[in-house]
Amino acid sequence: MSAAAEPLLRVEDLRVSFPTEDGVVHALDGVSYEVARGGTLGIVGESGSGKTVCALSTMGLTRGQGAEVSGRILFQGRDLLALSERQLRSLRGGEIAMIFQDPLSALHPLFKLGAQVAEAVRAHQHVSRAQARARALELLELVAIPEPGQRANAYPHELSGGMRQRGMIAMALANEPKLLIADEPTTALDVTVQAQILALLARLQRELGMAIVIITHDLAMVAEMAQQIAVMYAGRIVEKAPAELLFSAPQHPYTWGLLRSIPTLERPRDERLAAIPGAPPSLIERPSGCHFHPRCPYARPAHARIDPALQPLAGRPQHSVACLLEAPERARIWSELRAGRTPAPAAETASGAKGSDEAAGLTAAQRRR
Amino acid sequence: MSAGAPLVQVRGLVKHFAVTRGIVLKRTVAVVRAVDGVSFEVMPGETLGLVGETGCGKSTTVRLMMRLLEPSAGEVRFDGRDVTHARGAQLKALRREMQMVFQDPYSSLNPRKTVGAIVGEPFAIHHLEPDRAGRRRRVRELLEMVGLSPERYDRYPHEFSGGQRQRIGIARALALGPRLLIADEPVSALDVSIQAQVLNLLRELQSELGLTLVFISHDLSVIRYMCDRVAVMRAGKIVELASNEQLYGAPRAPYTRELLASVPGARRDRRTILG
Repeated sequence: MSAAAEPLLRVEDLRVSFPTEDGVVHALDGVSYEVARGGTLGIVGESGSGKTVCALSTMGLTRGQGAEVSGRILFQGRDLLALSERQLRSLRGGEIAMIFQDPLSALHPLFKLGAQVAEAVRAHQHVSRAQARARALELLELVAIPEPGQRANAYPHELSGGMRQRGMIAMALANEPKLLIADEPTTALDVTVQAQILALLARLQRELGMAIVIITHDLAMVAEMAQQIAVMYAGRIVEKAPAELLFSAPQHPYTWGLLRSIPTLERPRDERLAAIPGAPPSLIERPSGCHFHPRCPYARPAHARIDPALQPLAGRPQHSVACLLEAPERARIWSELRAGRTPAPAAETASGAKGSDEAAGLTAAQRRR
Repeated sequence: MSAGAPLVQVRGLVKHFAVTRGIVLKRTVAVVRAVDGVSFEVMPGETLGLVGETGCGKSTTVRLMMRLLEPSAGEVRFDGRDVTHARGAQLKALRREMQMVFQDPYSSLNPRKTVGAIVGEPFAIHHLEPDRAGRRRRVRELLEMVGLSPERYDRYPHEFSGGQRQRIGIARALALGPRLLIADEPVSALDVSIQAQVLNLLRELQSELGLTLVFISHDLSVIRYMCDRVAVMRAGKIVELASNEQLYGAPRAPYTRELLASVPGARRDRRTILG
C-alpha cells in the first residue's frame, strides 16, 4: 500500500505470549492487519483464538502482565509499542477508544452514568465541570439514550443492559476517537437490543467518520458490520478478505466450517449441520504444522508437519489464506459444500503412489519451513 | 397413552415472585410476574421450542414443569398424571421420566466427582442398578451414546472441554431413560464450532430414543433448526405458538416479526451464500 493510502492502523507481525505456570501461552503468533480510516474490520474467532488479546495489545493493555510483545502497531504512523505508558494513556480514550463485552463490569458501580461520561471528557479535554457535564448529556443523547438528563443521574445497576452498553459507547466517543475497538459489543445483549446497538454503531461511524475494529465470534454479525474480515484460529489470522469475498468464496476449511455449522434462518431444516469435529486447541501446546489440521477434514499427512503462511491468492491480492491445499482443490471442495454434497477428502484425489509431500503439491522451499 | 394425546399439558401456569422489604416485618412491595398464565401442550416425539429474550419467563416455565419451582397457579400434567400436586414417591417417579440439561456445563457438574460418578448418580438416587459392575456398564454405554470415550470414566469434569461437558450433562439426563428431555439453552455457553456437534447429537438421540424435547433458546436460528413447534414468550406470556414453518414463514405476532428482523446477519450475504 502506498503512502497516499496509509491506513489508520497497521499491525505488523504482532506476537504476544504470556509465560504461565503451565507453559508459555502463545496468544498471538505473527498477526498482521490494517484498518483504513473510517473503515470497519471484523476480527472473528472462537474463545482462545487470540482475538481479544489483539484488541488489548493495540490499547497497550497487555503491558505489565508479564507478556512478551513484539512486532509493530502503527497508529497514524506511530508505533504504539514504542510509546511510554504516559504517551499511551493520552491516546487511550482519546484517539483510540474501546468498548467491552460486559458493560456492568466496565462501568464503575458507585458513580452515576453522567459523571462517568463527564470524567472521560475531562480526562482528555481542559474544560470546566459544567462544560464536561453538558458534553456528557450531548453524548448520551448522541447514543440515543432516552431522557438523557434523567439517565445521567442513574447508577449502572439501575440501567438495562442495552442502556449500559449505550453509556459505555458514549464514554468511548467522548473525545471523538479515530479508532473504536469493540470487543464483543453485543454478546451480552438480547437480540432486539443487539440490533439497535449495531445500528447505532453504524450511524455513529457514518456521522463521526471513525474506524471500527469489531471483535466477535459471530460471523453473521460482522457480515452486517464490516468491510474487511479476518478469521483467527489458534493465535493467527488464517483468512483475511473483504466481506463479500469471504462469504462468496471462502478459502480456509475453518471458515467453511464456521459458515456451515451455524443454523440460519434460510438453510433447509432437514439438512444436518456440518459440525467441526474436535475442540479449539490450547495455545500452550498448539498442534504441529497447520494448527487446524487435527480438525480439518481435508488435511493430508504432510499438513501435520508444514506450517502454512498467510498468503494472498493469485490474482486476488486483497484475499489471503493460510492453507496448504492448492487453490483449485479449495475451489472444488467449496463448490461441492455449497451444493450440499460431501466432497471427497483431498488426499484421495492426489495420485496415491507418490510421497505425501508431493501429493500435497509442496515445493522444496515450503517443505523446509 | 393413546395416540394423539399430548405427553405434557401445561394449563394456566403462573409464577409470581414477591419482592419484599424489611427483615422482621416482611412486606411485599411488588410482584414480579415471571410466568403469567402460560398454556401449551407437548406432543410425544416432537420438539417444542420456547424462545424469547432475557426475563421473558422461558426458564421459569420449564422449572415449573419440572417442579424445581412451585407454581403460584395453574397445573402441569405429564402423561395424564398431575405433576403440580405430586408428592414424594409420585414426584420421584415422574422425575425419572422428565430430565433436564442445563445451560452452563461448567457449573452444572460437580467438580469433585468423576464422570462415572456423575453419570451414574441417577441410578443411585433411584436405587437402580445396585451392583457396581452393572452400573459401570450402563454408564459406559451412556458415555458412548453421547460420543465420549468410555475410557474416560474415571476423569474429572475439568479435564473435558465445554462441548464434552455438555455431553456429560446429556448422558446424565438420559441415564434413567426419560421420555421428556428439557434443554435450557444447551449450546449458548459453547464455542460456535462446538454448538453444531451438540445440536446434531440432540437431534440424533431424539430420533434414536424417541424422545420428546422441550428446547429453550434465545437464538431464533437454533430454534428453527431444532423445533417442530415454537412458542414465543414475552413478559411471562406466550405471544405466539405456531409450527416451525408457520412461525418462520408467516409470523403473526408483531413481536415475533421484530425478533426475526433483529437476527443479525446478513440477509444480503447469507441468503446468497448459505441458501
